[in-house]
Amino acid sequence: MTDTTIKKEIKKQDFSQMEPIVKYEDIHKAFGDVEVLKGINLDIRPGEKVALIGPSGSGKTTIIRMLMTLEEPTSGEIIVDGKNLWHMEKNGQLVPANEKHLRAVRGNIGMVFQHFNLFPHMTILENCMTAPIHVQKESKASAKQRSIEMLEKVGLGDKLDNYPNQLSGGQKQRVAMARALVMRPKIMLFDEVTSALDPELVGEVLEVIRDIAREGEMAMVLVTHEMEFAQEIADRIVFLDNGVIAEEGSPSEVLEHSKNERLASFLSRFRS
Amino acid sequence: MNWKWDLFFDAFPLILEGLSITVALTIACYLFALIFGFAWTFLRRIPIKIVHWTVTWVMEFIRSTPPLVQLFFIYYAWPMIPGIGVSLPAFLSAVLGIGLHYSTYIGEVYRSGIESVNKGQWEASKALNFSTIQKWRKIILPQAVPPTIPMLGNYLIIMFKEVPLAATIGVTGMLHIANEFGAQHFRYLESLTIVAILFLVLSYPSAIMIRKLEQKINRRFDKDEALQESKGAVV
Repeated sequence: MTDTTIKKEIKKQDFSQMEPIVKYEDIHKAFGDVEVLKGINLDIRPGEKVALIGPSGSGKTTIIRMLMTLEEPTSGEIIVDGKNLWHMEKNGQLVPANEKHLRAVRGNIGMVFQHFNLFPHMTILENCMTAPIHVQKESKASAKQRSIEMLEKVGLGDKLDNYPNQLSGGQKQRVAMARALVMRPKIMLFDEVTSALDPELVGEVLEVIRDIAREGEMAMVLVTHEMEFAQEIADRIVFLDNGVIAEEGSPSEVLEHSKNERLASFLSRFRS
Repeated sequence: MNWKWDLFFDAFPLILEGLSITVALTIACYLFALIFGFAWTFLRRIPIKIVHWTVTWVMEFIRSTPPLVQLFFIYYAWPMIPGIGVSLPAFLSAVLGIGLHYSTYIGEVYRSGIESVNKGQWEASKALNFSTIQKWRKIILPQAVPPTIPMLGNYLIIMFKEVPLAATIGVTGMLHIANEFGAQHFRYLESLTIVAILFLVLSYPSAIMIRKLEQKINRRFDKDEALQESKGAVV
């Protein structure tokens, strides 16, 4: 799957000097008695591609779900573009964010889900253009035109009037990406987007992500089990183990030169 | 056989007049139940434990008491309660009694419709930053309503067959008229047969229509996507 010519096209950058667009500050998260995240500190910079890897149950999906406001942290703060996500200021005090505040901050973020979550009662064109029209108050004509362009870009320009249940899994996931992209988010989250797909459909979805990554303006956080793909497109790889960040660095540092034993045993499962 | 056709033809036009009352009562009770069902569903979704439990308990109480008892209570007993007692006309009492009883079932239908919408749909609505109202209007209700339509149709038929209860408090629907006619002529066979036939003539085709509607909705609503999504992982 690794195509060396494509590999060269994606510029790897060192973002460490830039001001982060997302900051996780000592984030803890418990579901009932189970503590899934035990103090996460993580910075994501504008345009940076970060891959989260780790065994299942290590909390990597929870990290991006909290950024999408689908889960609330038990403690700690998440700062998005300078604004506190889960808290807002009221009379000089930090209070839990209300829906209005969450919506204002959430507008920067887009997400693609493992199980697509397309709207089954809408055509794929409607799936893409509904949110720009109603959430961003874009004109219908312009939202439609941009949605069509986006669907053409992901190779589905001939399926505009189809319903989601008429598409393959790979096609559905490409629609889901187009739907998130027309909202022009600054940060895009990918939650194991190829895990629910038949193996022969994984390639077409990764190809679209590669295209998006090449354009480079958006920060991307990918929760993935595709190690080769992570190595190819990520600027930084974060290895989560047991609710903490156990290793972090450039793909070559993490995947090739790490001395972390847990990471080595985790990676060995993908190399056999 | 001592079937008397002359009585049959005497009774028929009278009872047919009662049909309009029976139908009007059915529609009034049904609309009441549809609206109050919404109120129950809404109240139960308020995320305050005490509200949730109170509403659940009241619904359970209403459902566990026979509609006839509720009807008698509203018509005969309620006016006697000092302070809050109100004496209502028979028709209104019937709407309140039967409508309230069935609103608890209709509320359950709404709830099951909302719960049939996959969790992923709520999450996608959030990820696309829809407001609460937009989320319900554009995403949740268009998916929650279609599966409830056959169930709501069934309740319409069930309630149509239940409104003769109102005869017991003197609402002059078909049953009440047939009963009076029988009492006058000391014969109930012809008049009650007419009532049974008229109920059958209206209920049976409605039941068939609802079955057709159900098949149509099932065909349109592909379960494939919902099944795939329901496996969604959390951590």
